Amino acid sequence: MLTALLPLAVIVLVPLLLWGLAKLSDRLQQRLTLSPVMLVFVNLSRNKLRTLLTTLSVAVALFLFSALGGVLDTISDSIRIGSETRIITRNAIALVFPLPLSYLERLRTVPGVRAVSWSNWFGGRDPVNPRNFFPQFAVDAGTFFPMYANDLDIVQATPAAGTAPPGVDPKLTAFLEDRTACVVGEDLLRKQGWKLGQTIRLNGTIYPGSWAFTIRAVYRPKSKSFYGESMYFDWKYLYENSQRRAGVGVYYLSLDDPGRAADIARQVDVLFENSSAATHTESEQAFQAGFISYYGNLPFVIRIIGLAVVFAILLVAANTMAMAVRERTAEVAVLKTLGFSDGTVFRIVLAEGALITLGGGLLGALLAKLLIDTSGFNAGGLLPPMRVHWSTVMTAVAAAGVVGAASGLLPAWQASRMRIVDALRRVE
Amino acid sequence: MASIQVRDLSKVYQRDSQRIPVLDGLTLDIPDGDFVALMGPSGSGKTTLLNLIGGIDTPTSGQLLVGGTDIARLSGPALAKWRSRNIGYIFQLYNLVPVLTAHQNVELPLLLVKMSGRERRQRARTALEIVGLGDRLDHFPRQLSGGQEQRVAIARAVVSDPELLLADEPTGDLDRASGGEILDLLERLNREFHKTVVMVTHDPHAAERAHRVFQLDKGVLSQ
Repeated sequence: MLTALLPLAVIVLVPLLLWGLAKLSDRLQQRLTLSPVMLVFVNLSRNKLRTLLTTLSVAVALFLFSALGGVLDTISDSIRIGSETRIITRNAIALVFPLPLSYLERLRTVPGVRAVSWSNWFGGRDPVNPRNFFPQFAVDAGTFFPMYANDLDIVQATPAAGTAPPGVDPKLTAFLEDRTACVVGEDLLRKQGWKLGQTIRLNGTIYPGSWAFTIRAVYRPKSKSFYGESMYFDWKYLYENSQRRAGVGVYYLSLDDPGRAADIARQVDVLFENSSAATHTESEQAFQAGFISYYGNLPFVIRIIGLAVVFAILLVAANTMAMAVRERTAEVAVLKTLGFSDGTVFRIVLAEGALITLGGGLLGALLAKLLIDTSGFNAGGLLPPMRVHWSTVMTAVAAAGVVGAASGLLPAWQASRMRIVDALRRVE
Repeated sequence: MASIQVRDLSKVYQRDSQRIPVLDGLTLDIPDGDFVALMGPSGSGKTTLLNLIGGIDTPTSGQLLVGGTDIARLSGPALAKWRSRNIGYIFQLYNLVPVLTAHQNVELPLLLVKMSGRERRQRARTALEIVGLGDRLDHFPRQLSGGQEQRVAIARAVVSDPELLLADEPTGDLDRASGGEILDLLERLNREFHKTVVMVTHDPHAAERAHRVFQLDKGVLSQ
């Protein structure tokens, strides 16, 4: 609820706050001692509405720039998921085509492979609200969780009388004993309002029918880049209830020596080169990157849009600064008559442009960081929760600084080159 | 010392291919502490002469010594520095910065001098008290009458204690009473504070306050 209200509150409060500051500026100014810095601020307060609107337009543009940067950050985070000690084998044609379960034993014999696990994409839908999507994977319960023990913690589990197989977290005993059991992410549990022990239903889209799952354990990712809103259940449940149609989506191979990953991947692919389903083996990061490539050249498009936004705002800021200087032709002449040098006039005008764009840029970039990081948006589960990195915030502020310098450069140069007598004559 | 020696001074403006002579071989002397009025019809060159003396325009030929400095030979930055120390300029339309208060407008030239903020404020306050606006320190120009604005402009002109005051039709935009007060003030600055005053005016009553009146006509001194 709070997350939903935050953007609205920010959109209403920020302009109100800026307007209030603008109204206070006259009183504040009367109490301050004149200085070159104050002169810059005072010049900006000359047309408060214009300064406010320009600052907000820069803020909106840099918000967009940072948000787009956040998409790139999130894509980069999703690629970073994965360990160097694991590689993934999938069907060479495409991810949607399964591999036979019979490959399992042959994969285990490849030198350097310590363990093998597998999973399959389930693609179920909430029968009440089909738009309520979250990723579900059928995994080989006995091997998958030991392989990912360093990536997630089991934080809640149904107690069980039995014992877990060697290498498996004892908290997963109840999950392993119940064929319809599932493990869900803590964030997903909270978002859906589920409880441990609750039975949920999903309609299969790839494997038709109404599927029941009982929540026997809850996991929490150990790193922010590991997705916390997935559901895992036993692959055997999928296999048995799909009339043994279900194959293997991907095999996970954990390695003894990460340095040999490329070599082992090549060996695996050679092993199945002439089989009914040739394989493509790659690192987890490469696998994620390939997954992202289904979007097309999205990062390139995002960068182009980001640059277009920055260029558009450069024109707006330049126009504002040009107008501001044109209106103050007489004042520039007076400053020079009083003895202000061309260089000082140049710096004052340049600082005004920089202040507008840096202020707006900082506001937009920080709002993007605040709103996007708290939104939890994850593109329907295809990406980790969206985040704007601090490096992106800094890039946006730097871009704002460049825009400020570029937009103020020409007006500042014109003001500094202005001849006093010409400027006075133009006004009088 | 703010004596002014003008020798064979000429100023020609170039507009496209057309040469427009404004001052033609002008020679005059204004001793230190004098109060001089420059009169003449529009286009006679009086404002141009004032601008040349004030170092905000450069002559085409001739010599111009102000306080012994040949200002025609100064570079742009040096001329700006010279102006800040030696010249107080009063415009017809006051030309105050509308977003600064009266005392901040007066403080403005002091930003170019090494001085603490406190000292700047004190000097600005003193200058405003001299022009009779000690009770209007925190007023913005929009809150002042035309006469008061011109007095703030005079305070701004004298705050850095220049020896030479240049006034370009200082009463041209004021009613008779306010104009009279401004002229009283200029007379006082000349008499009590020994400022050399050069004033451009169309008004014979204003010119009567000066010690001497120079008549200009088509760029030539006629009297």
